[in-house]
Amino acid sequence: MAIHLSRRTLLGLAAGIPASAALAACGSSGPGKDGDGGGAATYWHLSGQPQEGVRTGAVERFNEAGSKGRIEVTTFENDAYKTKIKTAIGAGKAPTIIWGWGGGTLRSYVQAGQVDDLTPWFDRNPEVKNRLFPSSFGAATVDGKIYAMPFESVEPIVLFYNKRVFDDVGVEPPQSWDDIMALVPRFNAEGIAPFSLGGQSRWTNMMWLEFLFDRIGGPEVFQAVFDGEKDAWSHPAAIDALTKVQDLIKADGFIKGFSSITADSNADQALLYTGKAAMMLHGSWSYGIQQTEGGDFVSGDGLGFMNFPPVEGGKGDPGNSVGNPAQYLSISSKASAEQKEIAKDFFATGVLGDQEVKEWIDTGAVPIAKGSEKLLAESESAEFLQFVYGIASNAKTFGQSWDQALSPTAAETLLDNIARLFQLSVSPQQFTDNLNEVIGK
Amino acid sequence: MSTPTGSTGRRDRRGILPWLAVPALLFFVGFAVVPLVGVLLLSFTTWDGIGGIHPSGLTSWRAVLTDPGLPHALWVTFLVMAVSWAVQTPASILLGTFLAGRQRYRAVLSLVYFVPLLLSSAAIAVAYKALLDPNFGLGAGLGTEWLSKDWLGRPWLAFGVVVFIVSWQFIPFHSLIYQGGVQQIPRSLYEAAALDGAGRIRQFFSITLPQLKYTIITSSTLMVIGSLTFFDLIFVLTEGGPGDATRVLALDMYKRGFQANLMGPASAIAVVLVLMGLAIALLLRRLGGRDAGESQLEGA
Repeated sequence: MAIHLSRRTLLGLAAGIPASAALAACGSSGPGKDGDGGGAATYWHLSGQPQEGVRTGAVERFNEAGSKGRIEVTTFENDAYKTKIKTAIGAGKAPTIIWGWGGGTLRSYVQAGQVDDLTPWFDRNPEVKNRLFPSSFGAATVDGKIYAMPFESVEPIVLFYNKRVFDDVGVEPPQSWDDIMALVPRFNAEGIAPFSLGGQSRWTNMMWLEFLFDRIGGPEVFQAVFDGEKDAWSHPAAIDALTKVQDLIKADGFIKGFSSITADSNADQALLYTGKAAMMLHGSWSYGIQQTEGGDFVSGDGLGFMNFPPVEGGKGDPGNSVGNPAQYLSISSKASAEQKEIAKDFFATGVLGDQEVKEWIDTGAVPIAKGSEKLLAESESAEFLQFVYGIASNAKTFGQSWDQALSPTAAETLLDNIARLFQLSVSPQQFTDNLNEVIGK
Repeated sequence: MSTPTGSTGRRDRRGILPWLAVPALLFFVGFAVVPLVGVLLLSFTTWDGIGGIHPSGLTSWRAVLTDPGLPHALWVTFLVMAVSWAVQTPASILLGTFLAGRQRYRAVLSLVYFVPLLLSSAAIAVAYKALLDPNFGLGAGLGTEWLSKDWLGRPWLAFGVVVFIVSWQFIPFHSLIYQGGVQQIPRSLYEAAALDGAGRIRQFFSITLPQLKYTIITSSTLMVIGSLTFFDLIFVLTEGGPGDATRVLALDMYKRGFQANLMGPASAIAVVLVLMGLAIALLLRRLGGRDAGESQLEGA
């Protein structure tokens, strides 16, 4: 069809442009007030109780104290946040205060010059730094400089088990990898799955590898990957660990249908507290979920917990742990000087105050502020909290979750291959070949 | 069988017609052409979505085209397209023909059948995921062995589930198209056929189906092009898993772009998707023989 441009069509075009410009403006208006925005700093974090309440509570107290300025909070659901914050930062619309997990994602922000170096500020305010667990700073540090303030709680991965099921079957919790393999047929014979697993979420499978790598070869094996050494995945300990996990899968060690169970739905948690599965390797936050959803499971002493057992002949220290050393707050480099001041003031006076520390403990979490032993001991969940505190403070190495430590590109390849490893559709050899290709990317 | 073309729609109204097309054209340029050009340009760059955009020539294209994941994603996309078409089309034609009847109970039924179309794909996926959960789903709840399979955990079962849900969701829409198509077939044809002694089945194959030719092409185009962009349903249901059994092209694009921070290769896949969509739409139009725009029954 031929279009004949006349004066009228041109007028029509002109009339249409403001409309489409208005539509385009709708598309880009987010909650973020960036750059020269008024007197308030913006702060995005995750929704979901009970953590959301603790986070917003701290901000409200800071706002009421009202020393320098206000902080405006916007919350997002976990997975939506990961995409949203990335897009916002890329578009230069980041909030003043960026909530995150540190590690590889933080590194990608640093490389793009999107977050401020906080090292000088920590040097001037040593009291802020000294009251936090030293182990929490590793994932906040990129090339020797600190780009984020660690806060909230330490979350090691823990081996949970159902004491009632163990009593019924008449067996003891495993003290070694061989014990685990010996327990598998015992539980299967009773129609109970040895391990619960939300395999569709992929990072749930990854926790198994994190521990097996560490127990067999020590923390150096993954450190080499992290440092970008060529062919680091081909370490003999890595092959051994990958083979062991496939042996466990072949022995029906995990609940049937694990690859279609997501961790988000808490179905994996339900398998443990309903006694359909005997054990589960999961983050320490699982305790709170078992407590609220499991009826009398936790209060009636049904839930057992322990650190991952050693592997025979392995080099790793059995006290080592992996997980989230903390959560992290960074300051957007695009924020105004005024907003940055408010953010730093919040870091110094508003984060992990006495009230917040107490609230974290009430949710069953161990805050990373030093000197909370007394509060932990007084808590209802004292036994578990002291156990977590013990792991966090005694571990020679507290590894960061791999998918958080690596760059987003390498992490996606890793998770993808882990899913296939657990499907038995790649061999350990193919797994390491695939991952060697993305080392350092 | 030739149908008379409308005589009023073709009159020359050049003064007004281009004018009326302007708003649609602006929308099309603003929301289709401009982003398309943007994606094409991005596919020749390296960008992590956060930092600067660096032109890098064919790097992204080379990475995508040599990745074994691409042929696999293409194959899965094609399978979803072909199988869901093969399931939906006969079912929709039969349902549409049935619903085209003037009886009141059929009108009520057509309302009921319409319900899945009102639900969002994400909601449907969440609901099915809960129902199909191997440990807490429908099968476990009712104690029926055959229902408590690992529906989303075995590659072929998961693929079948995806096709089933897609069909369940979209058959109502296509039935509606066919219902309209069938209702436009002149009654005189059926009366003549009945006089000649043709039974119901004979009438269906000799009159209804041939008369629906262009409706079939329209509906197939919508199905096939639509299946290229299935994302929400599969993302919520299986996230492309188990492994990569249900990882269609659109999902592959999202994972590369927004999870692995590789905007260049993701844009290259987006370009592949657009080209595929255009090629298939053209092919289907060709299959229609003469200009399908001349049919009275097209789109109905």
